[in-house]
Amino acid sequence: MAMLRLAMHSLWNRRVTAFLTVLTIAVSVCLLLGVEKIRNDARANFANTIAGTDLIVGARSGSIQLLLYSVFRIGNATNNVSWESYQHFANHRSVAWTIPLSLGDSHRGYRVLGTDHNYFQHYKFANERPLSFAQGQAFDDIFEAVLGAEVAKALNYSLGQEIIINHGLGKVGITQHKDKPFVVSGILAPTGTPVDQTIHVSLQGIEAIHIGWQNGMPMRNLKITADQVRQLELQPKTITAFMVGLDSKLATFRVQRDVNDYRAEPLLAVLPGVALQELWGLMSIAERALLIIAVFVVISGLIGMLTMLLASLNERRREMAILRSVGARPIHIFSLLVSEAGLLTILGAGLGVALLYSLLLIAQPLLESQVGLYIDITMLSSYDLQLIGFIIGAGFIIGLIPALRAYRQSLADGMTIRI
Amino acid sequence: MTERIAPVITAEHLTFAYPGKSQHVLDIPHLQINAAERVFIKGASGSGKSTLLSLLAGVLVPTSGVINILGQPLNQMRSRQRDHFRADHIGFIFQMFNLIPYLSVIDNVILPCHFSKQRQSKACTQHSVHQEAQRLLRHLGLDDDQLHHRRVTELSIGQQQRVAAARALIGAPEIIIADEPTSSLDADARASFLQLLFAECAAAQSTLLFVSHDASLESLFPRSLALHDLNQAGTH
Ligand SMILES: Nc1ncnc2c1ncn2[C@@H]1O[C@H](COP(=O)(O)OP(=O)(O)OP(=O)(O)O)[C@@H](O)[C@H]1O
Ligand SMILES: [Mg+2]
Repeated sequence: MAMLRLAMHSLWNRRVTAFLTVLTIAVSVCLLLGVEKIRNDARANFANTIAGTDLIVGARSGSIQLLLYSVFRIGNATNNVSWESYQHFANHRSVAWTIPLSLGDSHRGYRVLGTDHNYFQHYKFANERPLSFAQGQAFDDIFEAVLGAEVAKALNYSLGQEIIINHGLGKVGITQHKDKPFVVSGILAPTGTPVDQTIHVSLQGIEAIHIGWQNGMPMRNLKITADQVRQLELQPKTITAFMVGLDSKLATFRVQRDVNDYRAEPLLAVLPGVALQELWGLMSIAERALLIIAVFVVISGLIGMLTMLLASLNERRREMAILRSVGARPIHIFSLLVSEAGLLTILGAGLGVALLYSLLLIAQPLLESQVGLYIDITMLSSYDLQLIGFIIGAGFIIGLIPALRAYRQSLADGMTIRI
Repeated sequence: MTERIAPVITAEHLTFAYPGKSQHVLDIPHLQINAAERVFIKGASGSGKSTLLSLLAGVLVPTSGVINILGQPLNQMRSRQRDHFRADHIGFIFQMFNLIPYLSVIDNVILPCHFSKQRQSKACTQHSVHQEAQRLLRHLGLDDDQLHHRRVTELSIGQQQRVAAARALIGAPEIIIADEPTSSLDADARASFLQLLFAECAAAQSTLLFVSHDASLESLFPRSLALHDLNQAGTH
């Protein structure tokens, strides 16, 4: 105990260097915990994007590509699925429900998804949570749209707002479907998934905005008003992909095989869980690299502390000799230095945690709005505490190096004071 | 032996050479110092005065011979035991820079009590360790109480040496070893420092071993030892 008090005084006496050392450790601890937090939250976010869907079906391509465009709304499908094929599998005897997905248009940078009411009924995320409406209800009319929570928030839209949908995915499309505005009929509650960044309309709505267009350009002499559109039969000929829910999970592989062996059209069915794993496997390289960097930063922080303690030893030989002369045994000298290292790491870890939470508080809204990554600010997990414990342990262990040196020095020097 | 006063330090056939050196620094056939004696030890620079003090304090171990301190065979103790023994029974004052720079005056004085239960309990027989430290400081001429909580680096060398003396004296160790404690003081400060030290040693019944080059101090001590008389190393 006496040595701990001495260690505190001694560090206070060298408070500038001590503070810098604590700061280095704090930054490294903050980085490590931060990286871990983002890693875990990203993984959780990721795994939470889709639940309750047994298969995702699209045109034959890669399973990750299919997952990316159908669930994450990233990239584009190379091919579509014909309406006939969709109907074929929607009526498959093992299939309980299907959700058609039609992508390719956008509104001010947000993807527009054509689908049907099954989407609001069967799409699940996280722990089988269904979608719920914060305001309004599902689209009823061809020209009604349902906004994801973030779209509504970012664009400051409310119910009844008229929106114009771009053909294609540009942020400010030249080719706007200005003649046929959509009205917001509902806004979904936040989900922390790509649903939040999506504008949902009916399949017929998607068809409707493409009437009077050819090869992506409006046809000059054909003008059809919204009311005229309502009279038309708007059966889509193709969709981009569809989600499948089965009566029994046992049928999953059989239905998957049926899809993959479907003769009329080359299709691909993937299990979302498997595809998510595959995708995460790709990302985990970057994620692991980040972790390794963070670990190295922690190591360099601890080496910085080692340098500081070792550098101070020589100028402290006199102090050690004085301590010996007043009755301190070599073991006391040893524990003085270990205490100093321990104190520095504990303070560093404490400051690091404080730093982490301050940064999280600042970054949380930014990450959510910019990257769509929802970071939950929670208490330190037992894993975090384990990491911190490990770092503090490492600090004490590193403290053994100067402590051993001081121990040997003080055994050799005794009380003879040399400068 | 019919001596009334028990010997505090006895050494017989004591030889010492630094490790790896063949030549003996010390070869002392016999040395005895009694309780409450004040002994002046003189000798040329490099003659082995500090070495002798280190041997008597158990910091160094004799190459051969016997050292008894307070009736205990120091040369047979293990290093841990010697450390304990030193902490309990010996107070030190060095030439200069005796103090831990990052502790206050008071904290420096009570430092030995952290390492020795015996000195701790002796220091607080009448009052707290703090009060005992303040009492000693006052007796040694540092009567400004504000000074006691200052950083030691703000003190003059003479004041620092008095703090060091208070630290050596706290908990009334049986033996006070002073290795040239006055060589950085001027003549006036030297004399007054010695007087205060004597008074406190007398009050605590401590034996004082005092090393110095300064022959002018010799007359103040009842007993004086010249190392070159004592030491036979190098004489043959
Ligand atoms: N650690 C050491 N290793 C080897 N030799 C040493 C060591 N310390 C001292 N000596 C040698 O031992 C001899 C006695 O040294 P010591 O320090 O005891 O002298 P001293 O009488 O105290 O001198 P001074 O009056 O200058 O302090 C000297 O010749 C010195 O060179
Ligand atoms: Mg000397």
